Amino acid sequence: MKILVCISKAPDTTTKISFTDNDTKFNEENVQFIVNPYDEWYALVRGLELKEAGGGSVTTVTVGGSDHDPIIRKALAIGADNAVRINTEPQDGYTVAKEIAAYAEGKDYDLILLGKETINYNGSQVGGMLAELMGLPYVSVASKLDVAGDTATVEQDIPAGKQVVEGPLPIVISCAKGMAEQRIPNMRGIMAARTKPLEVVEPAGAAPLVTASKFSLPEDKGEVKMIDAENAESLIELLHNEAKVI
Amino acid sequence: MSVLVFANATEGKIAKAAYEAIFYAKKTAEKTGGNVTALTYGSVGEEDLKKLGNYGASKVLINKNISDENDQTLTNLTAAAVEQEGAKTVIFSFDPAGKAIAPRLSAKLGAGLVAGAITLPETDGGKFIVRTNVFSGKAFADYEVSTDVKIISLLPNSLKAEATEDEAEIAEFTPEISQGKLKVKELKTRSGDGIPLPEAELVVSAGRGLKGPDNWGIVENLAEALGAATACSRPVSDIGWRPHHEHVGQTGIAIRPNLYIAAGISGAIQHLAGVNGSKVIVVINTDPEAPFFKAADYGIVGDAFEVLPRLTEAVKKFKAAN
Ligand SMILES: Cc1cc2nc3c(=O)[nH]c(=O)nc-3n(C[C@H](O)[C@H](O)[C@H](O)COP(=O)(O)OP(=O)(O)OC[C@H]3O[C@@H](n4cnc5c(N)ncnc54)[C@H](O)[C@@H]3O)c2cc1C
Ligand SMILES: Nc1ncnc2c1ncn2[C@@H]1O[C@H](COP(=O)(O)O)[C@@H](O)[C@H]1O
Repeated sequence: MKILVCISKAPDTTTKISFTDNDTKFNEENVQFIVNPYDEWYALVRGLELKEAGGGSVTTVTVGGSDHDPIIRKALAIGADNAVRINTEPQDGYTVAKEIAAYAEGKDYDLILLGKETINYNGSQVGGMLAELMGLPYVSVASKLDVAGDTATVEQDIPAGKQVVEGPLPIVISCAKGMAEQRIPNMRGIMAARTKPLEVVEPAGAAPLVTASKFSLPEDKGEVKMIDAENAESLIELLHNEAKVI
Repeated sequence: MSVLVFANATEGKIAKAAYEAIFYAKKTAEKTGGNVTALTYGSVGEEDLKKLGNYGASKVLINKNISDENDQTLTNLTAAAVEQEGAKTVIFSFDPAGKAIAPRLSAKLGAGLVAGAITLPETDGGKFIVRTNVFSGKAFADYEVSTDVKIISLLPNSLKAEATEDEAEIAEFTPEISQGKLKVKELKTRSGDGIPLPEAELVVSAGRGLKGPDNWGIVENLAEALGAATACSRPVSDIGWRPHHEHVGQTGIAIRPNLYIAAGISGAIQHLAGVNGSKVIVVINTDPEAPFFKAADYGIVGDAFEVLPRLTEAVKKFKAAN
């Protein structure tokens, strides 16, 4: 099975968020970048498991500049066979999907895996856009994935419960918790990653559909009101009369 | 020039989030002009169809031939409705169906999508700007959309939907569309009348401070007394004390209920990322230095094993008296 995993970079989860250029850009100074957790823990690892069970290959694809190379090497260290970087700054979900579609078209991937969302922009959009551009079926927010012959069986958490969906390969799937367990790269993986192929391809060129005009931070919460544990019952009164939430 | 809403239906029931989307569309139409058309499918009953009108749709289009939540079929159906209605704005809920269909429609129509909107569009000066959460709730982004058709998916619980007595005209909608390839094989709706966490207005959540899965009765009791959903921190679902779908935070789900009560949770930044959109946060922790208190509106330094049962009793008394 030929598997393509879409990998993006995200600020480490403990990052303090701030903005520059009149609040129009995320301030990357001193920010530690990681592989977007959903891409790494779930999409990549499930892709590797499927390859280990049934043979084939796992390629990662990333839309971004050379500052993405460290996170791509991390994915290779975890076990991807080779990597592709499409050399352009992502502008919005649509430009990312367009670039990946242009690259993947005609290369016969059976399975295209993504994370459920990037933890910086949280759009959950690239997967659906990519699937539409390639004319493939798409399952969002999958918590389980199995492939038998050319059929994928996917479990999905939905507000009403759970549903099991079946679709023919090739298929696009965005991956969430439940799909696999995080893998820590070992020394051999890290060494091997240095020499695994990382191909840099030039972008097809795509125009964004939306632009972030301004970022802002939530207002500070006021002082917390402490309630004596001995008097815990008074909370209910406050929630009713003061906060008006019950 | 209408505002079109995709109202998702599971087994013939329209989700609560869809009514919010309808109400959001009504408020949007007050700014952009035009009427609200709701699009749904399957065996939705009279009562739910009527409610679409109550929340703001003046027309409901229903395709009774489609029963599956098929991403490609439903995208094609929505595109056909956009064309028929001349819709310039299309609203989805930011739920798994909306996360599949809205981006597909965006790519199909070349229409800009703002995913996970938390405000109505700002339309001053001919612009169209919508706010979303970014950085897992640590910041906001205002996205400007300048394409002819604009798509918004609305984060559940972002506004309070209000019903009226208004009624919608209901019409069957069966355009020629090509069918997608997915099939829903099995649907397991959660048993009982439990409230789905992403839609819950009140949530009681607990973490490792509860010490073991057998102790969750006190959490469930308070939730039941309040009519709240239950949630948990990540380690708790990782070790299997609680089901995965209860895990909130950066790597779980993000929620924004009116009230979030957290007992025995330290308040790590990754946990806060999933809950800091909550309107009111109550923290119960034995450790006065727990970081969660900094993000709380009300705090109780105390033992969850004592405080939770006392709150449950107090809620019961309060409910009996009100
Ligand atoms: C990349 C990444 C992603 C992550 N994503 C998430 C996520 O999505 N969601 C998430 O929750 N975490 C996430 N985490 C984990 C997070 O960093 C914390 O480790 C986790 O939230 C801690 O869970 P906890 O508060 O239940 O446990 P602990 O940190 O162990 O806290 C237990 C708390 O209970 C209190 N306590 C003990 N006994 C009692 C008692 N009897 N009564 C009242 N209080 C008591 C203690 O004082 C303590 O504050 C992530 C971590 C990483 C690195
Ligand atoms: N720049 C990128 N390069 C490659 N894949 C990406 C990129 N941005 C997002 N993705 C993939 O798309 C998924 C959803 O991203 P988003 O739509 O931004 O929430 C991510 O989890 C990644 O798998």
